[in-house]
Amino acid sequence: MRFWWVYFAISLSVLIPGVSSLIKNGLKLGIDFTGGSSISWIAPSLTKESIVEAFENQNISVSSVTLQGEMTTITTPPIDRNDYSQVLFKVKDSEGFKELSFDTVGPSLGAELIKKTFYGIAAAASLILLYVAYRFKNFKFGVSAIIAMLHDLFVVLGIFSLLGKYAHVEVDTLFVTALLTILSFSVHDTIVVFDRVREIKKQHAYLTFEEITNRAVVETMARSINNSMTIIFMLLAMYLLGGTTIKWFILALLVGTASGTYSSTFTAAPILVIWERLSKKLR
Amino acid sequence: MSKSFRNIIFIVLCTAISLVIDAPKNYSLAFKLFGKDINFLISSPSINIEKPFAFSRSLEIKQGLDLQGGTEVILLADMTNIVDSDRQDALDSAKEIISRRVDLYGVSEPVIKTLVSDSSYRISISLPGVTNPQEALDLIGTTAQLDFRELVGEASASATFADFKLTDLTGKDLKKATVQFDEQTGTPVVGIEFTPDGAAKFEEITTRSVNKPLAIFLDGYPISTPIVQQPISGGQAVINGGFTLDSAKNLALTLNAGALPVPISIIKQQNVDPSLGQDSIKKSLIAGGIGLIAVALFMVLLYGLPGFIAVLGLIIYGLITLAVYKLIPVTVTLPGLAGFILSIGMAVDANILIFERMKEELRKGHDQKSAMELGFGRAWDSIKDANIATLITTFILFNPLDWNFFNTSGLVRGFALTLFLGVVIGLFTSIFVTRTLLRNLYAKKT
Repeated sequence: MRFWWVYFAISLSVLIPGVSSLIKNGLKLGIDFTGGSSISWIAPSLTKESIVEAFENQNISVSSVTLQGEMTTITTPPIDRNDYSQVLFKVKDSEGFKELSFDTVGPSLGAELIKKTFYGIAAAASLILLYVAYRFKNFKFGVSAIIAMLHDLFVVLGIFSLLGKYAHVEVDTLFVTALLTILSFSVHDTIVVFDRVREIKKQHAYLTFEEITNRAVVETMARSINNSMTIIFMLLAMYLLGGTTIKWFILALLVGTASGTYSSTFTAAPILVIWERLSKKLR
Repeated sequence: MSKSFRNIIFIVLCTAISLVIDAPKNYSLAFKLFGKDINFLISSPSINIEKPFAFSRSLEIKQGLDLQGGTEVILLADMTNIVDSDRQDALDSAKEIISRRVDLYGVSEPVIKTLVSDSSYRISISLPGVTNPQEALDLIGTTAQLDFRELVGEASASATFADFKLTDLTGKDLKKATVQFDEQTGTPVVGIEFTPDGAAKFEEITTRSVNKPLAIFLDGYPISTPIVQQPISGGQAVINGGFTLDSAKNLALTLNAGALPVPISIIKQQNVDPSLGQDSIKKSLIAGGIGLIAVALFMVLLYGLPGFIAVLGLIIYGLITLAVYKLIPVTVTLPGLAGFILSIGMAVDANILIFERMKEELRKGHDQKSAMELGFGRAWDSIKDANIATLITTFILFNPLDWNFFNTSGLVRGFALTLFLGVVIGLFTSIFVTRTLLRNLYAKKT
């Protein structure tokens, strides 16, 4: 734990650009949050311009047209199925055309999703805090675990804010699911480290708290890395080979898993030690 | 020995039952063995129990809308004209009526639910496999509020629809609507039959309106304005609105299903072409398979024999999970699939914790057998705490008590359910199954 400032510096080097982008640009919210329509086609013989024109002829403004593989995704403000049918009617006879999906979300649902996401994260965090505090009979452990968890949360949010700015990646309901999963994974990992701290403390009461934590971190390191490797294998395979619809969902999980592994060893444990040091000084 | 032998039998039995449940439906297997043609038809059985409780399962994997294609709609009911205490009733009856319409339309396995959130009243409808969402939506979206309006004052050519006044005769007085054909022109018309009460009202109105037009309005629009020739008794009438056969059929159908008690509007709609989902399934399965092989190799290379046993446990985990999915049944969605694949990673975690502990105990000089027992015992505490934290999250994601301040989206719930099952089954296989197999292995060695 002598190098705690190095660990924090590494965290900050990821957190600062991400969080400042988050404050400046926010996240690029998908239609699940903002309301709107998202349409996917396979339309090999249509150009971007002709697609935009087909919509604008129906007085529908097009927010974006993106081509991913052979799939074209068009987003617009919320539109009626009837207006959309008119557009479809005009383009459906073009060479190789196929309609894949049509989603439309009213604006009121979006605001509700943001609220519910916030409640979900707050509830999960406080329940886990209570559980960890209860299991370890010490509030310090609970708070450190939650700080590590927030660390992972902001790493992912920050990276997706940057991705939104530079790669137009939007966040949606699936992203919310990913966030909540990352929270539980992060705590899962932290608990394993803390558990070892508790055990060593029981067996070797004569060691200082710093020595105990050091040993716990070293002893759980192999397990942490090996375990993360297996999850990362799975996610990497999904990211590289899985469908386009869940690509960003998987990326969020991937970033979260990596950050979760790092934070349980290099964020949660040092915080625990520093806290202990400070409280000793104060006494 | 006898206890561990019993455990082995239990594991084999679990695996065998899971295998039977997992078997695909009507999959024919043909191959040559020793020059003989062998032909099998593999098929999982269907479960149908009536006593002591009704339980029937066709044992097929249920696919969510995002995988099998279909249409999902969320409707908002406009409750402005309904007093607070009647709103829930109005919503329930709207749901009933929509269900009836969907049934009459002939959709297999529709799911229709009411959702109340922040005093907004909603109905969510999923129609798996509906390929013409427009037609289905037209049917669901019609409020079908039928009413009859009479002309007040003298009949004249200059009368507009604004001069027609509502009568007390509405769709509620309807007994039955049928498609008929006009005797002279052969065009489709909708014949309606009133209840006795409605018949009396109808007679009264037609008596008042002899030689005057009577307008029939549907959802506030006039669809037909016949001139009343004479008072009509007997409670029979015909709506001649220039229908096609299909529109006449749909009108009869919505009239029969009943009118919606509240106006509704679409606030969310999603339709997915089946090909998109099938492509995702294929890709996810390939990805899952490759990921699994990587994990298996990693485990065997890192931990040797115990690692191999853990992989065996993982295969049993996969078989049991699939069987449970078929039994519950779990509707598998794309995030659900991701949840399953993620839970494989978490199931391995317990084994890694244990094996790392075993390595430590071996280093301390314990023999293999006691190192294993110590490893399992000591790792249990952290496995338990870590998994309970995950279960807390799945609980909030799944929101089993339908608290309306949390998420109720089907996708998120699907993910939570698969992750929950993954954690529970994963604990069973990585602890009970692996330990039993390892114990037997080491018992033979000594």
